[in-house]
Amino acid sequence: MTTPARTDRATGTATTTVDPAAERQGLTLRDVVLTFGDGDDQVAALDHVDLDVAPGELVAVVGPSGAGKSSLLAVAGGLTRPTSGSVRVAGTELVGLSSRALATFRRDNVGFVFQSGNLVPALTAIDQLRLVEKITGRRAATAPLALLDAVGMAEHADRRPARLSGGERQRVGIARALVASPSVLLVDEPTAALDRRRSHEIVELLARETHQFGVATVMVTHDHDVLTHCDRVVEMTDGRLAPVQS
Amino acid sequence: MFLALRELAFARTRFGLMGAVVALISVLTVLLSGLASGLVVDGVSGLLRSPVQAMAFEEGTKTDSAFTRSEVTAVQRDAWQGQADVADAELLGTAIVNAKNDDGTPLDLTLFGVEPQGFVMPAAAEGRAVTAEGEALLSVSAKDEGVEVGDVVTLDRLGTQLTVVGFTEDQRTFGHVDIAFVPLRTWQEVHAGLTPGETADPEVYDVGSVVALRGVDGAPDLAAGDAAAGTSARSIEAAFDSSPGYTAELMTMQLIQIFLYGISALVVGAFFTLWTVQRTRELAVMRAIGASTRFLLTDGVLQAAVLLVGSVAVGTGIGAGLGAMLEGTQMPFVLQGQPVLTGALLLVGLGLAGAAVATGRISSVDPVTALGENR
Repeated sequence: MTTPARTDRATGTATTTVDPAAERQGLTLRDVVLTFGDGDDQVAALDHVDLDVAPGELVAVVGPSGAGKSSLLAVAGGLTRPTSGSVRVAGTELVGLSSRALATFRRDNVGFVFQSGNLVPALTAIDQLRLVEKITGRRAATAPLALLDAVGMAEHADRRPARLSGGERQRVGIARALVASPSVLLVDEPTAALDRRRSHEIVELLARETHQFGVATVMVTHDHDVLTHCDRVVEMTDGRLAPVQS
Repeated sequence: MFLALRELAFARTRFGLMGAVVALISVLTVLLSGLASGLVVDGVSGLLRSPVQAMAFEEGTKTDSAFTRSEVTAVQRDAWQGQADVADAELLGTAIVNAKNDDGTPLDLTLFGVEPQGFVMPAAAEGRAVTAEGEALLSVSAKDEGVEVGDVVTLDRLGTQLTVVGFTEDQRTFGHVDIAFVPLRTWQEVHAGLTPGETADPEVYDVGSVVALRGVDGAPDLAAGDAAAGTSARSIEAAFDSSPGYTAELMTMQLIQIFLYGISALVVGAFFTLWTVQRTRELAVMRAIGASTRFLLTDGVLQAAVLLVGSVAVGTGIGAGLGAMLEGTQMPFVLQGQPVLTGALLLVGLGLAGAAVATGRISSVDPVTALGENR
C-alpha cells in the first residue's frame, strides 16, 4: 500500500521534499488489531489494519463515525497500545515501549493536529510553539516565528486563541505540530469547525507543509471536499481500511 | 515555570481570588500567633523574665494551678540549697488578691513574696527597690491602671496596706494579673490571713508556695533535689503549665491555628483540583504532544508555590501591620518573628502539600482524550 507521493492533487504539480525526509521511514502499521471489552461485548476498533505512509505523503482517512479513525490515530501516535500487530514510526517499533519511552518518542517524532486546534488558552500563538520547545528541551530546527510565518500567522504571533478565528487556530496548531520536526504528523478532523473556504485553505496548507517538511501525514476527516489536496485516500469501515479510487 | 507564569497572568482573576483567600488566612494566622504570644506573656511573663531555672512544688501537687495549691517549707528550701549544683534556692510565695488604690479604684494583683535582697526580686526601673515590709515593686503594666509610685494599695478583706515604691522595667504578669513583688514576710502574713497588727505564729514565716531554684552551671539535677527535699520540681518552662489557665488558653489558640492550617491546605487543594479538572483537555493535549508527567507536575506545583509564597507574604505583611497597631493596646498581643515565620512557612508548606495532591490528578489524564469525540 506504500505510495511515495509527491503530487499535490489540487494543483497537479509535483513537489519536492527536503533532504532529511529521505532519511525518514514514515509510518508503517502491520496487521494491527485493537479491541475493547471482553467476550460477547468485545468490539474491534481496528481489525487487522495495514497502512504505510511515506515521508512527504499526505494520506486521508475517511469513514463514518465510530469506524475507528481516531483509534487509528491513537495507535499510530503511540497514545494507545494495540492488542496485536506492529506499529513502526521512523523505523522504531512502538509496541513494547514503556509509557515513559512512548511519551519521549511522541515528543521527538510525532506531531498532532487536533480538532479546533486545541491550543492552550493562556498562551499566545508564538508561545504555543515555544511550549513545545520547553517540553522537548531543545530549540526548534525552524524558529517558531518562521514556522508561524510559514502558516501565515506571523502577524498574529502575540494573540491568544480567544482572539483567533477557527482557521487561524488550526494554522497555529499545524505550526505547533511541526516545531519538533516530527517524522509523522497525525491530524484529527482539522476542518470540523471551519467553513468550506477555510477548510480548503487548511488542508492545502497541510499538504504543502507535509511535502515541504517531508513528514508522513495521516489526516482523519469527514470532509470529502478537501480530499483533492491529499496524495491518497483510504476509507475505514468497522475498523478495516480499504483504498479509495480517485 | 514557562506555562505556570503565563497561566497565572492569564487567569489572574481566579488566582487573585485564591491568593486573597490565602492572604486572609495568613492575616488570621499572624493575628492568632500574636495573640498566643501575648497570652503567654500576659500569663507567665513574671516567670518567663525571672532568673529562676526551676520550681520545686509540694510533693504530689497537681499540675493545674499548682502555684496556689502548693506549700513548701524553709526546711525543704534548705535541703535544696544543700545540693551541690544549686546556686540559689529561695522560698517564693504566690497569691492572687483583690485590692483598691488610694482613690478606691479596684485593682487585681498577684503577690510574689520574695526575699528583698534575693535573686528573684527584679530591679526597679522606676522608683526604688523594696527594702522593708509593706512595700511593693509593681509590674510596669500596672501603671496602665493608674497606679503611681507612692500610692498605697489596700488588700480587700485583710486590709493589709502596700506602699508602691517602684516599677519593673518590663511587663511582669502572672495569670494575666500584674505582679506586686513584696517581701516574703509580707506575703506570709497575707497567706496566713493576718490582719494588720495581728500577731503571727512563728511557723507562718516558715512557708512559701514553691522553692525557686537557680543552678550553678545550668539547671540543677531536679530528681536528686526532689529526693533530698521531698518536693516535686519542674523546669521553669514546665512550671508555666501550672499557672492559672495557661494550658487551656494555649491549647485553644493552638487548636484554632491547627484548624486554620488544615483549612488552608484544603482550600488550596480544592482550588487546584478544580483548576486541574478545568485544564483536563489542554493537559491531555500536552501529554499527547509528549509532555512528561514530571514536566506537568513540576509546572503545577511551581504555580502553586508562586501563588502561595506571594499571597502568604502579602497576608503576613498585612497581619504584621495590623499586629503592630494592636501591640500596646489592652489586648494581650505580642508580635514575635519566629512564630510568625513558622506560621507562614507552615501555610506555604501545607498549601503546597494540598496543591501537590490536587495536581497529582495530572498523572491520570489520558492523552487519548485529546483526540476525536472523546474530547
